[in-house]
Amino acid sequence: MRRQLQTMRKSLFDQGYLDEQFVQLEELQDDANPNFVEEVVTLYYRDSGRIILNIEQALERKPFDFNKLDAYMHQFKGSSSSIGAKKVKAESTLFREYCRSRNGEGCMRTFQQLKKEYATLRRKLEAYFQLARQAGPVETACRPK
Amino acid sequence: MNSSSGKTYMSTSNSSAGWKAGDAAADQFPVGLRVLVVDDDPTCLMILEKMLRTCLYEVTKCNRAETALSMLRENKSGFDVVISDVHMPDMDGFKLLEHIGLEMDLPVIMMSADDGKHVVMKGVTHGACDYLIKPVRIEALKNIWQHVVRKRKNEWKDFEQSGSVEEGDRQLKQSEEADYSSSANEGNWKSSKRRKDDEDETDDRDDTSSLKKPRVVWSVELHQQFVAAVNQLGIDKAVPKKILELMNVPGLTRENVASHLQKYRLYLRRLSGVSQHPSNLNNSFMSPQEATFGPLSSLNGLDLQTLAATGQLPAQSLVTLQAAGLGRPTGKSGIPMPLVDQRNIFSFENPKLRFGDGQQHVNNNKQMNLLHGIPTTMEPKQLAGLHHGAQSMGNMNMQVASHGSQSSQNNPLLMQMAQPQVRGQMLNDTSLGHPPRLLSPMGQPILSNGIAANVSTRNGIQENIRAPSYNPVSQTSSMLNFPMNHAAELPGNSFPLGSTPGISSLTPKVAFQEDVNSDIKGSVGFLPSYDIFNDLNQHKPQNWELQNVGMTLDASQHSNSLQGNLNHAQSVLVQQGFPSGQVNGQNRSATVVSKAMFSSGDSTGHVNVQNGNQHLNSLLVDSTVRIKSETPTILYPDDFGQEDLMSALLKQQDAIAPAEHEFDFDGYSLDNIPV
Repeated sequence: MRRQLQTMRKSLFDQGYLDEQFVQLEELQDDANPNFVEEVVTLYYRDSGRIILNIEQALERKPFDFNKLDAYMHQFKGSSSSIGAKKVKAESTLFREYCRSRNGEGCMRTFQQLKKEYATLRRKLEAYFQLARQAGPVETACRPK
Repeated sequence: MNSSSGKTYMSTSNSSAGWKAGDAAADQFPVGLRVLVVDDDPTCLMILEKMLRTCLYEVTKCNRAETALSMLRENKSGFDVVISDVHMPDMDGFKLLEHIGLEMDLPVIMMSADDGKHVVMKGVTHGACDYLIKPVRIEALKNIWQHVVRKRKNEWKDFEQSGSVEEGDRQLKQSEEADYSSSANEGNWKSSKRRKDDEDETDDRDDTSSLKKPRVVWSVELHQQFVAAVNQLGIDKAVPKKILELMNVPGLTRENVASHLQKYRLYLRRLSGVSQHPSNLNNSFMSPQEATFGPLSSLNGLDLQTLAATGQLPAQSLVTLQAAGLGRPTGKSGIPMPLVDQRNIFSFENPKLRFGDGQQHVNNNKQMNLLHGIPTTMEPKQLAGLHHGAQSMGNMNMQVASHGSQSSQNNPLLMQMAQPQVRGQMLNDTSLGHPPRLLSPMGQPILSNGIAANVSTRNGIQENIRAPSYNPVSQTSSMLNFPMNHAAELPGNSFPLGSTPGISSLTPKVAFQEDVNSDIKGSVGFLPSYDIFNDLNQHKPQNWELQNVGMTLDASQHSNSLQGNLNHAQSVLVQQGFPSGQVNGQNRSATVVSKAMFSSGDSTGHVNVQNGNQHLNSLLVDSTVRIKSETPTILYPDDFGQEDLMSALLKQQDAIAPAEHEFDFDGYSLDNIPV
């Protein structure tokens, strides 16, 4: 199971879902906070879900308020980058580019893509944490950094 | 989960814990560094908190800027560093940065996912000491303590630079003085730098850069309490133990009082020696405007004020303060206001100042002057600050100093300070030759409280003039000195008693030469009340500036005991020199002088302290003129290379170093100082 966990983790990185920042979080995890990473990710999804909703609503109002959209996305990007969500972050950056160039179409398209990546990552991380919990605390401690 | 202080908003516990932790942690610095992190993003906040805890810091997190600000206000000395996000819903991060800079003068680190050059630049201009790009890595956080140390060091250094001259002098002069320069001084200075609490004396965390001793911040109020206690006991009978009892300030140790008393005594001595130097002015000039005058941010204003007020603020202190204050280029601060506060600190002697007579009224005068005088640049606020600083003669200086920084960068303040002071002083002390007018307007304002009196009445002040920086300070100087501790507050630069600038007429030649020679061991006769630091004892009225002015005015031969102030001479010289030159319009020469004073101390180049007193005269004349043109280099202790000045001064004794220091009063429109 440990190996399975390791494999899963490796693929998350290899496929570009996670980046170095995630490792930073893992390094912060210790005996005092054995589930730190999971807690942070949970918090992220809860909080960022709110922002996603705001953006969606803003995209329903025409014409687009690009400044507002950009501001929301800036916020979202900050959060996403702090947990190491690489693909999500990339989509955020693209979205902001479209905002700056006042490209409504581009924004909408990118946003759809972003939501997909966002959901995919969530699924994968949930599976990962579940496995990690099953593997036991020992596993966690030995998790290769 | 976590353990250690995860307080979200616990100012009280924070403060007390911080206080204690501070002491304990001082030895293990940066362990226990008290960080306040502000970010509206809960994910980031959580991660940051964990990272900081891992670095063994004491973390307090906050998701709203308003909350953070009130936390900080409630507990000014409860935190060492603040980390804030740029984009927040309730308040712009830069705005928060400005507030913190102005009010608390803490190092602030900005962070954002935005790494655009323009945003980062904004951080720089608003005074952030660092800018982190999100996502933040723990490595970046591990080193944030450097900003705390750097800040303290700069403040102290500025403070010290202006004061070091004195120190050096003192040491040379005598052992007792040497004591001052000992840790006690350091401790005080350092603590003054970080003047976190006005009233209470809190033992700040040790200055990690050097002493491990807890620093006591001699705020204006505290100093006043001290002076009250001393007066009650009678200067002869005032022993630390009794003073401590009378003061009844929790957390204050006998040792703190003892060292403060020592300084005070010197200050008094200096005051009596210098007859009328609007030493304050000097201080202001001295303010080492390090270029960042702007940020005087809270510190500056406060410190300077106090210093200014006390007039006594040894030029150095002002300078430091100013510098300190200025150092904080927060942009917003722009207002020398902080300086004003300083004065309060210094007002140390003001109320009580011996020179009380002249001063008292001078103070008012000065205060006013300071405020008015305060170079336009200074911003009336500052003046206002100074005003109340009236008490703090030192403040005046400070103010001046601060002004200087603010406006033209030191000069303004100095000038202002000097001016008010000068005016006050001048008025009072005509002995100088020229009625303190110069003084009053000049930095006196700050000093005016105490110093103002100095100038006029204090014949002793004369010394002030001589005593660079000491003079004015003499009265206030003591105050200033102390405030110097607050130096943190005053960016140290403010001291430059710029006040003297007003003394334009005074032509720095001021007696520095005469008196200065004697005492100033080389310390340029600047009586300029720079004394602040050490010689505050003599409340020599702001004389620093004035003194210079007066001195110069008179015939420079004022015997003003400038000499006494010679120590200050360095600063004084500077000041003196300027008065004539600089006095922008108003005889602010005081400021000039002060500058000279400062510079003398600092700028090796400028203060030709080495020239000896006579030079001073010439210098003064010269410098006065020059001063104008030269921006108060003096102010910036940094520029001056105090050490050099010191040595020069020492050598010269009277070599009232040419005021050439660039007192640069240009910035200050002495005119402001209503004489």
